[in-house]
Amino acid sequence: MATAHQPFTTAPHKPAAAAVDGAVDTTVLESAFDAAVAADERIEPRDWMPDAYRATLVRQIAQHAHSEIIGMQPEANWITRAPSLRRKAILMAKVQDEAGHGLYLYSAAETLGASRDDLLDKLHSGRQKYSSIFNYPTLTWADVGAIGWLVDGAAITNQVPLCRCSYGPYARAMVRVCKEESFHQRQGYELLLALSRGTEAQHAMAQDAVDRWWWPSLMMFGPPDAESSHSEQSMTWKIKRHSNDELRQRFVDICVPQAESLGLTLPDPDLKWNEERGQHDFGPIDWSEFWSVLKGNGPCNDQRITQRRRAHEEGAWVREAAAAYAAKQSERKEATA
Amino acid sequence: MTPTPTTPAPSATEAAPAATPAPDAPAVHTAALALGDDALVLSHRLGEWAGHAPVLEEEVALANIALDLLGQARVLLSLAGDEDELAYLREERSFRNLQLVEQPNGDFAHTIARQLYFSVYQNLMYGQLAATDSPLAPLAAKAVKEVAYHQDHAEQWTLRLGDGTAESHERMQRGVDALWRFTGEMFAPVAGLDLDREALREQWTATVTAVLQKATLTVPEGPQSGAWTAGAGREGLHTESFGRMLAEMQHLHRSHPGASW
Ligand SMILES: [Fe+2]
Ligand SMILES: [Fe+2]
Repeated sequence: MATAHQPFTTAPHKPAAAAVDGAVDTTVLESAFDAAVAADERIEPRDWMPDAYRATLVRQIAQHAHSEIIGMQPEANWITRAPSLRRKAILMAKVQDEAGHGLYLYSAAETLGASRDDLLDKLHSGRQKYSSIFNYPTLTWADVGAIGWLVDGAAITNQVPLCRCSYGPYARAMVRVCKEESFHQRQGYELLLALSRGTEAQHAMAQDAVDRWWWPSLMMFGPPDAESSHSEQSMTWKIKRHSNDELRQRFVDICVPQAESLGLTLPDPDLKWNEERGQHDFGPIDWSEFWSVLKGNGPCNDQRITQRRRAHEEGAWVREAAAAYAAKQSERKEATA
Repeated sequence: MTPTPTTPAPSATEAAPAATPAPDAPAVHTAALALGDDALVLSHRLGEWAGHAPVLEEEVALANIALDLLGQARVLLSLAGDEDELAYLREERSFRNLQLVEQPNGDFAHTIARQLYFSVYQNLMYGQLAATDSPLAPLAAKAVKEVAYHQDHAEQWTLRLGDGTAESHERMQRGVDALWRFTGEMFAPVAGLDLDREALREQWTATVTAVLQKATLTVPEGPQSGAWTAGAGREGLHTESFGRMLAEMQHLHRSHPGASW
């Protein structure tokens, strides 16, 4: 694990190792850092970075990791009821992928000096958040498809630019994650297509799911640019590369033709192509719902965090046993060495 | 099975002939069904852990094992008929899995005890089967590699829990004790499976004994089958929780007769 303020190793214009034993003015380090970011170079764990950059990254990566593991719940809700063995295998593999994404991301946060245990504590105590989308319930099988198509789809739109994020470990984790998310998105689309072209009841199930997931998916990009607090600094640091509204628009433009091929309707009467802008216009988002869910009043906030806490608490004796066993093993090794 | 009010579930008499191999079906179908049901049911139980595992690495590991088993189940059931008809439209009494694999998850130690008993059996059984000229041999040869990992996973955790803390030791002991009476059924004859059952029993007992002892656990001494249950799962006689498991698993599929997914 990298600790703060360790020497640089690579790029020649970055401060040399000897310079970092406290004697050097942080403004020198800071301007080297700024130059590296501006030149689209990757910042690596051992490089010097401003404390605020580190803190912003830890917060963002942790929130992302938490979203992956909380996001397992609404879909795991359908593993035991999947209607065919093929779908069951796909869903199990997807939920497993999300656990894997959680693992990569917690590891990325650890390169910044954070610890997974501490981040999990912050999740469990409500000091750190996860994506609000997972506070909505999965009521029918079609919701599994709608999550794959829309929620994984929105996640991809958000995360593809993060593959070029200035922080190396996060950018590399995102490359792997995005590959798998696009798999999930296609599988979700394909699930919905099967329903849409299936029986009348299946088609209705698919439409109902899209009706319920569309608006919350648009909210996944965060508040409108005018109200977004962290954006500007994150843009300069190249942690964020596009504004919330830009990404949201991109997502809408991607989804409209896909909904058409699915034979499903997006629940927005104002949705139409705007020739002049070369983009779709869409109706107003109910931000009061967004803020209310964020504050804890969504349909599943309590349920999700309670299940997470319970799994963690009920697993405490298992983790303690593993630690105790490992300690005994290393004692035994030392005794025989 | 509880049919939903809107759509009548196919009755047992309608579903059974299509889904269950006829009495004169080749013995290999019986064998494929028995092994396929084991894999299907255990995979389902492991799938119930998703989102509840004690540590993130185990979310991945348990899902991995569940997926391997589901893959095996799909190949095996397809040898016996249509995989979805067999999984979703049979009644409880037509399932041929061991009672061991249908046992509810319990705590993590209970799940690990079930994994240990079953993976050691499956590893030895597939190992033998792979060397025969059975039509199941190719599946067995491939699956035995997966199962070696399942066994290793179960052994590692048996050691950690058995030789971990006082609490984990106690829980692990409770797990191996509680499931012991379901282990005898693994050595009962299965039509279409030409195995050296004596060797299977000996090697299974030796392996499990060695792991339990290394884990500082006591090898259970009680009977390995219940009063009326020798080979019962293989004959379609199951335990109470299994009906509920199937109700959950089959409900959606049965609610939309004839639909494809
Ligand atoms: Fe993910
Ligand atoms: Fe995903």
